[in-house]
Amino acid sequence: MKFSIAILLGGLLVAGALHAVEAPAPSKLNTTADHSKFKELQREFSSGPEVTKACITCHTEAALQIHRTKHWTWELLNPKTQQRLGKKHVINNFCLSAGTNMGACATCHVGYGWTDASFDFKSQENVDCLVCHDTTGNYKKLPNGGQPPVKDTESPPGSGKTVKAVDLARIAQRVGKTSRDTCGACHFFGGGGDGVKHGDMDSSLAAPDKVVDVHMDALGLDFTCSTCHKASSHDVAGSRYVPVGKDTDGAHIRGKADKTNPATCQSCHGQTPHKAGSQASKLNQHTDKVACQTCHIPEFARGGVATKMGWDWSTAGQLDADGKPILKKDEHGHVIYDSRKGDFLLAENVTPEYAWFNGDVTYTLLGDKVDKSEGVTMINMLGGSAGDGRSLIWPMKVMRSTQPYDPVNKTLVKPHLSGDDDTAYWTNFNWEKAVATGMKEDGAPFSGKVDFIKTEMSWPITHMVAPKGESVGCNECHARGGLLEKIEGIYIPGRDANQTLNLIGWLAAAGTLAGVLLHGLVRIVRRKN
Amino acid sequence: MERIYIFTRFERFWHWTQALLIIAMLVTGFEIHGTYKLLGFEKASQLHTSAAWALITLWVFAIFWHFTTGEWRQYLPSFKNIDLVIRHYAWGIFQGEPHPFKMTRARKHNPLQAFAYLGVKIMINPLIWISGLAYLYYNELEAAGVALNLGTIALLHTAGAFMMLCFLIAHVYLITTGHTVTAHLKAMISGWEDADAEHGKQAS
Repeated sequence: MKFSIAILLGGLLVAGALHAVEAPAPSKLNTTADHSKFKELQREFSSGPEVTKACITCHTEAALQIHRTKHWTWELLNPKTQQRLGKKHVINNFCLSAGTNMGACATCHVGYGWTDASFDFKSQENVDCLVCHDTTGNYKKLPNGGQPPVKDTESPPGSGKTVKAVDLARIAQRVGKTSRDTCGACHFFGGGGDGVKHGDMDSSLAAPDKVVDVHMDALGLDFTCSTCHKASSHDVAGSRYVPVGKDTDGAHIRGKADKTNPATCQSCHGQTPHKAGSQASKLNQHTDKVACQTCHIPEFARGGVATKMGWDWSTAGQLDADGKPILKKDEHGHVIYDSRKGDFLLAENVTPEYAWFNGDVTYTLLGDKVDKSEGVTMINMLGGSAGDGRSLIWPMKVMRSTQPYDPVNKTLVKPHLSGDDDTAYWTNFNWEKAVATGMKEDGAPFSGKVDFIKTEMSWPITHMVAPKGESVGCNECHARGGLLEKIEGIYIPGRDANQTLNLIGWLAAAGTLAGVLLHGLVRIVRRKN
Repeated sequence: MERIYIFTRFERFWHWTQALLIIAMLVTGFEIHGTYKLLGFEKASQLHTSAAWALITLWVFAIFWHFTTGEWRQYLPSFKNIDLVIRHYAWGIFQGEPHPFKMTRARKHNPLQAFAYLGVKIMINPLIWISGLAYLYYNELEAAGVALNLGTIALLHTAGAFMMLCFLIAHVYLITTGHTVTAHLKAMISGWEDADAEHGKQAS
């Protein structure tokens, strides 16, 4: 018996030892496909579309899925306002519009070769897979419609600057999921530079610490963009054209068919997000009026990158004594004047402005009448009020600019800015020529006259969520002259009071006090007598 | 001199705790209202809410005490000799006349006083408490279909606060109108009141 137990134990030991020897072969655990092992990618690629052709031999539906998205079409019909929006159509108060500048703008298009209206939107091979799925950080697109440089290239032409060639095969063999870097390559640099446009998105979010963004904290939760902006069939959730002003649904649950936007705070945190502390229930009561972002993003441009707050195109075109363009920088090294663009106002750690917002956005588009005598033209008008039941108080970056318009036809204009030709403003400094070219492209009327008009554009702030200890405190709004001073339609304790009641109340209290003091005085006087 | 034990230990505890809480709530409440800056809105509202719950708890015990001891009868209104009491405060007190009301264990409050306290109990307090709870739970009220504007709730609550402030001023002053300036105060501290004091004074 003892003997047989010994044999059994020995057998187990041997089995254990054998098991240890046969360790599983090393494999990548973050993917089921190592693209460097794919025959289709083990070759030289001489253009972007060649890579895409290889991709779609396996990913047969991918390019067709991309064709359905805003990332590809740059246009969208707002179902509510019936306005045709998207980068292809809108005018903003930064670089104004894409239009004839498409070759440069399309550096940020998920395609190859969009330089003008002849671009083929049906082409699958024109879809740029690498711009989103690169993991090397080496991928680049040139301002020639977004083609990658396959050999060392002077860009922009005539600038004397060389852009090094990218190794497309190496990049293709290392494709993976999207990352803060791939999304950020365009979205951090919107408006033509780091942090220019959004204010709550810049290169500091590539690897932020907890203070800058509590979710993206590279050493903590380490969210990528797609953790919230969850894509379905390559269509990425979350939109600035048709945003959700007030998400009234609860947190999304696995297995439940949640049709609402997965990028809202509420889609994870629900409607009663405050759990701990004596103030939790009072804070939860705020969620029907105040957007999460209003308290939890006390400031934007918090990562050390300044954002543009103002842009005055009317001062563009000043040249030095030699007729050369001027570039002025402030003490931080930020460009504050550029002959091609005018004066800039930049700021860091900006306290937002606040407004009711219900998700409705109406743009002033090409052809819409604008009137200089009305003061400021709204590039986008945000819907919302205290009483519509769909609004929350949101933080906003408000961009204030002075931009070219047609004073005769009373419309905004799309000038031709970039290009190696004799009308592009950035090389010729002539507004009339630049606007004429830009408007002709759209078949839009232009009187030949250019004047400048003040404009405002609101950007709801939603990124750079601070840790809870850094959020906006009660006292900052519950006070006269507080952050929400201009918010109408609600009673904010500490800010508001009924002045008639105050008058009656204090008169009554003072009257009572005077009465008893008088009564007491008479008692004292009478006692002395 | 005859002394009567007029305020029991619980009554005195109730009175002084309530006094402290009401003063704390007036101070913090008018800060919440935006009248001045002292603790900051956040601390003021935290303290105000905590004090409110403390007072509600105290009230539960006080109401229980009033009904089990029958002391609630002290607040039954009576017009008997009310004219004499009014005349006393308007005239007699200045002449050094004694108070026309003789305090007993069964009837601690003069008719004017009983009316005042009844007014506090059936008007000011319910106004403050109902509006105060609505202030705390207005979201829940709205969810339950009672759409009340927060501004209206705050208006009623503040109106109640002003009434309470007026009551407090008058109440504090009237403490000094005993046969000595501190007699009433001492009674509320020790429980014992000099029942015959006024008569004694008159005799002297």
